[in-house]
Amino acid sequence: MKTSFTLAAGVALAVSVLALSSPASAQVKDSLTIYNAQHEGLTKEWAQAFTEETGIVVTIRQGGDLEIANQIVQEGANSPADVFLTENSPAMALVDGKGLFAPIDKATLDQVLPGFHPANGNWVGIAARSTVFAYDKTKLTEDKLPKSMLDLAKPEWKGRWTASPSGADFQAIVGALLQLKGEEATAAWLKGMKENATPIRGNSTAMKAVNAGQFEGALIYHYYYFGDVAKTGENTKNVGMHYFKNQDPGAFVSISGGGVLASSKHKEQAQAFLKWVTGKGGQKVLRDGTSFEYAVGKGEASNKMLTPIADLQAPKVEPSTLNNAKVTDMMTAAGLL
Amino acid sequence: MTSITDTRISIAPRHRLPAASFWTLTIAVVVALLALLPLGFVLWAAAVTGWEMASQLIFRSRVGELLANTVLLVVFTIPICAVLGVSLAWLTERSDLPGARFWSWLCVTPLAVPAFVHSYAWIGQWPGFNGLPAGVAISVVAYFPFLYLPLSAAFRLLDPALEDQAASLGLAPFAVFRRVVLPQLRLALCGGALLVGLHLLAEYGLFAMIRFDTFTTAIIDQFQSTYNGVAAYMLALVLVLCCFVLLGLEASLRGRSRYARLGSGVARRPKVARLGKWKYAALLVPAVTAAFALGIPVLTLGRWLIAGGAGVWRIDEVGLTLWQTLVICLIGGIATTAAAVPIAWLSVRRPTRASRFLEGCYYLASSMPGVVVALALVTITVRAMLPLYQSVATIVLAYVVMFLPRALVSLRASIAQVPVEIEQAAASLGRSPGNALLATTIRLAAPGAAAGVALSSLGIMNELTATQMLAPNGTRTLAMAFWALTGEIDYAGAAPYAVLMVAFSLPLTFLLHHQSKKIAGR
Repeated sequence: MKTSFTLAAGVALAVSVLALSSPASAQVKDSLTIYNAQHEGLTKEWAQAFTEETGIVVTIRQGGDLEIANQIVQEGANSPADVFLTENSPAMALVDGKGLFAPIDKATLDQVLPGFHPANGNWVGIAARSTVFAYDKTKLTEDKLPKSMLDLAKPEWKGRWTASPSGADFQAIVGALLQLKGEEATAAWLKGMKENATPIRGNSTAMKAVNAGQFEGALIYHYYYFGDVAKTGENTKNVGMHYFKNQDPGAFVSISGGGVLASSKHKEQAQAFLKWVTGKGGQKVLRDGTSFEYAVGKGEASNKMLTPIADLQAPKVEPSTLNNAKVTDMMTAAGLL
Repeated sequence: MTSITDTRISIAPRHRLPAASFWTLTIAVVVALLALLPLGFVLWAAAVTGWEMASQLIFRSRVGELLANTVLLVVFTIPICAVLGVSLAWLTERSDLPGARFWSWLCVTPLAVPAFVHSYAWIGQWPGFNGLPAGVAISVVAYFPFLYLPLSAAFRLLDPALEDQAASLGLAPFAVFRRVVLPQLRLALCGGALLVGLHLLAEYGLFAMIRFDTFTTAIIDQFQSTYNGVAAYMLALVLVLCCFVLLGLEASLRGRSRYARLGSGVARRPKVARLGKWKYAALLVPAVTAAFALGIPVLTLGRWLIAGGAGVWRIDEVGLTLWQTLVICLIGGIATTAAAVPIAWLSVRRPTRASRFLEGCYYLASSMPGVVVALALVTITVRAMLPLYQSVATIVLAYVVMFLPRALVSLRASIAQVPVEIEQAAASLGRSPGNALLATTIRLAAPGAAAGVALSSLGIMNELTATQMLAPNGTRTLAMAFWALTGEIDYAGAAPYAVLMVAFSLPLTFLLHHQSKKIAGR
């Protein structure tokens, strides 16, 4: 009896911990858990419209491309996720490489432009973005711009440019470089980058720093510029956009992907979601919304402000073999991570 | 009261003690083991990684850069904080500074502004401000109250007789300060400096925003690229070692000397120093500090709130986030305080070597940075305890580990104020020891428990790093929302979240201020 209080307290604590420990994703029948590495605003817009049309309730967990990809790999067959959306392909390739995706419905694959899904059809492109060199118009004129992304590793660019190497966006660009030019050239380029570039966390921040005159240029994606112009333009007043074109590694167009987890208990709803995103409704959000990412649906136009995707002269990169593990190892070795 | 308790232990029948203390001790040990889980995990990860791999990941130039950054940050920030803390504490406690009480409140208020909001405010004013100078400057304004609080309490407790004697023996005023006053401040200085140092090592948002890399930001970078890769573990190991270095330094500098009045009598109130013609010059110190530590956040937040207009206060988004934050803060605060009850009771009623050792364990565990705690819990739950993975229980455990000492301090103080005789009287009237405890001590210690809940909730509300890594699906706290929006440089959209965090933290910092006065007996 003497111990009744402490026992009771202990039991109460244990019970409350157990009660709280039920997995957060309750298994409601018509629900969907999305692990989202795409822009939160974009996916929310998609999810809301999808829920309105279908009544399927969507829960979103937000994170970075590779953070979530590696998380899904760790979770394995027990992953609470039904759908995985990314900004770039390497994270998709990583999860696919572990055999964790279910094949995408053929009708969905047929909705997107050729080349915007991997050959095995285990995931599908949902949007696309182009690499760009955002530069300070007050400091650089057209003739002084780098002809190729590879030039940025040359000594004359020391201290003049910035990028966000910790982000998946930048790591996808390095992944494309690795596929196009091989390991030796990539290692050399990363070494030059460590010498020349000042790392910043976040692409928007990098562009803002260029606009503020702290750097002459930033290697980022295209939509940050248009997003800012559409809002207030306060971070783009001095910024110009330089597309490398000519199949240069710096003209790389990165495919944002969507996949259905093989372990999902809501596969039907998950497939329906990706079909909707790659179809008219989802692609219209890309065209009219504030994401300024490229549409990838057949016959779907992108936002009018963007340089048409066909004019970007992007190099041919196979999205399913972009190797991010190798990229992070090489960037860690180069001292960028 | 302690002396009475001690006597009781020695004269009470031996067989009466063990049962109640045994179970309390068992719970305290279990909590301690849970709290030490993250530290154990990092050491385990280091052990299984193997020397070759580990040395490759540890002895590389990037780690050298991070170490240099961390050392420079600590070496510059702590002394500046200390000088500022001593000056402000002396001015507000021992001089006739006009409005001393008002300034003393203002010196604590910066704690209501989360460190990463300080950073956001500074780059709002000076977008190009970054690197080490920015890191030091912002850290100073964000963390100096950790030194100010104990120092001002220490100044209040000083026995002026010692200073008078030193002066009567011929020491000049400054020499009195250096040789008599400063040594008595040593405990407060060391304790406060340690707290500042540990925050510097653990902070993510503040430094990420101003482009200054520390181990914590580098671990998050690795986490975002690889989730929980070996490289992250190794960085965590070095970070933990840095924490140990700080703890060791503090322990060795603190010394063993005690400064207490012996014999009968009470110290009289210290004499108030007359500033005279220096009065207005002296006013500049708190005024400038307040301008940087409070003026800049107020200015920036005001500017973005005006720029954002009513549009940024979307009730569906902001309201939902606020609600989720309050729920998680309350659960976390209550759990943390509940977990602190056994050790608080033991350390007051049954102080033994074991209870002191356990207390040490809690302090050690809570000095581990949030990023390390989260990394460990993510890996352990995803690999070995899937039902707990991404659960509220896991994030609450992280909060308990990180904030238990906050609850412990308040609880212990209030338990110590309850005379044990009341508990014994209840027992003699036929209650079982447990019920007696519940009906007397626990009930009377309720204000302390409430303060414990409040203080740990404050920590949870402003916690970003671990929350981001451990939050259950669909959960979003104010700090997370703020961080996501600033990442997209939507500074106007982020402002409401920052304002809410500050608004909820303000009353709690006043509580802190009040507590420090109470400890000093006023």
